[in-house]
Amino acid sequence: MATNWTIDGVKEALAAKKISARELAAEHYSRIAARNPQLNAFLALSEERAYAQADRVDALVAARKSLPPLAGVPIAIKDVLSTRGVPTTCGSKILEHYVPPYDATAVERLEAAGAILLGKTNCDEFAMGSSNENSAYGPVLNPEATDRIPGGSSGGSAAAVAAGLAVAALGTDTGGSIRQPGAMCGVPAMMGSYGRVSRYGLIAFASSLDRVGPFANNARDVATVLQVIAGRDPNDSTSTTVPVPDYAAEIAKPVAGLRIGIPREYFGAGMDGEVRKKIEAGIEVLKKLGCKTVEIHMPHTDYAIAVYYIIATAEASSNLARYDGVRYGLRVNDDSLLAMYRKTRGAGFGAEVKRRIVLGTYVLSAGYYDAYYLKGQKVRALIAQDFHRAFAQVDAIVTPTSPVPAFKLGERTNDPLQMYLADIYTVTGSLAGIPGISVPCGKICGKLPVGLQIFGPAFGEARVLQLAHAFEQAGGASV
Amino acid sequence: MKISREDVVRVAELAYLDLSDGELETYRKQVDEILEYIGKLNELDTTFVAPMAQVLTDDQTADATLREDVEVPCHGAAELLKQAPDPEPPYFRVPKVIER
Repeated sequence: MATNWTIDGVKEALAAKKISARELAAEHYSRIAARNPQLNAFLALSEERAYAQADRVDALVAARKSLPPLAGVPIAIKDVLSTRGVPTTCGSKILEHYVPPYDATAVERLEAAGAILLGKTNCDEFAMGSSNENSAYGPVLNPEATDRIPGGSSGGSAAAVAAGLAVAALGTDTGGSIRQPGAMCGVPAMMGSYGRVSRYGLIAFASSLDRVGPFANNARDVATVLQVIAGRDPNDSTSTTVPVPDYAAEIAKPVAGLRIGIPREYFGAGMDGEVRKKIEAGIEVLKKLGCKTVEIHMPHTDYAIAVYYIIATAEASSNLARYDGVRYGLRVNDDSLLAMYRKTRGAGFGAEVKRRIVLGTYVLSAGYYDAYYLKGQKVRALIAQDFHRAFAQVDAIVTPTSPVPAFKLGERTNDPLQMYLADIYTVTGSLAGIPGISVPCGKICGKLPVGLQIFGPAFGEARVLQLAHAFEQAGGASV
Repeated sequence: MKISREDVVRVAELAYLDLSDGELETYRKQVDEILEYIGKLNELDTTFVAPMAQVLTDDQTADATLREDVEVPCHGAAELLKQAPDPEPPYFRVPKVIER
């Protein structure tokens, strides 16, 4: 199997004229043609747009102009991010033929930095799921073990990078949807702080939780992509003016002396014994690098899934009200307007989306708002306080990304609550708004990847990346 | 039991969501199980906790003031209408709303 390209590798090869951007795009399309029929990672390819961009990059190379940071880098985009002229379905039947008239800000910034947009990657419908089995277009298979799920919801993006079909990819994370598939497919995957990357053009699931972030083959590449997409965007009022540091400079700094919090609540019942061994070995790698580990206590961890499934479903039930068969997407005709709405939504949404609309509408409905939604918002504050207190004591927090490695296709589809509990270690950081990365931390039986999660304080992306890079350089991926 | 079949019917009405009899029963059972699980939040006394209504703190929020009111190019109506299931430019056509 051909090896995966890195961003530095692309940069060097282009500068040395060993390959052209057009040839590099073609190489990735031929890899996709070979593997995608099995993996189902891509839902749409944007060849015309990709080759036009490749030719622009090749013209810069020919003219000996300086190249932008992602010049010629083939990138895949999760199908919940709007792409002008390229179908964007959100993995849903209700948007089967939708073609956005504009680009998401993150997509626009990647292209402005020279990236080549290969196409759109499969995901759970409206990013709701932990296994990619909720896509209306069929599940993605894990390239490391094709009888297993790739994780979700950004399973297509994780699988595309792991299989070398793209050099990097964008995903979105609401409760773990970047980090968990990153862990299960064995690639670094990061969500920045809430507000770090614009959500403009990201088709909304849960607006107070949704974040856009990168998958890549190493921490340095993750940093390069994050650098390009981060920063204030006037089109997203929640994107922040907090300055974006130079991540490439920051990640080179030594990590000796950093204090790493190990929360005992993340090593409890329900955790696979083999995952535990790998994470413990990963922590030893950090210790050898000179990090000091500190046992910390985060007492509200166990309530995070309950809070998440109130807040995320409440916001989803509101955001998904827009699919009414009038302005875009599917319509199922009826003589009456209200019956048209009901039939369109009944036919267009899949089972998990309907389940969450039912739950989200219920927790917001008259008589239940205080008991569920308000209670959820209050416990969310307690979970955020747990992190706030911890970061007064430590520089970063290290945990497993997922309690289990990739499971077999179909193993959990009939039990939604069991599926939700797969996100137990990732939702906490989502609720608190802090940055987190999953980095590869060995493989069980040499086959199933395990991810080590590193959380940092709000807007502490540089610290998170610095630790991820040091961990990777010290051989953390092969513990 | 936290949620009844009637509750699910009412919620589906509120959400304009057609559900089959089978779906009603499946979702009732599954949502009931999830609500039971969510009930663990009642172990916590949150009387004096302020709800977390915003993720960013005041000093991280960019929009302390409104942006300037400037004209920017907008996607043309023609392009947007192309995405509609039943366009009648410059309108979206919908089934009859008012009965006579």
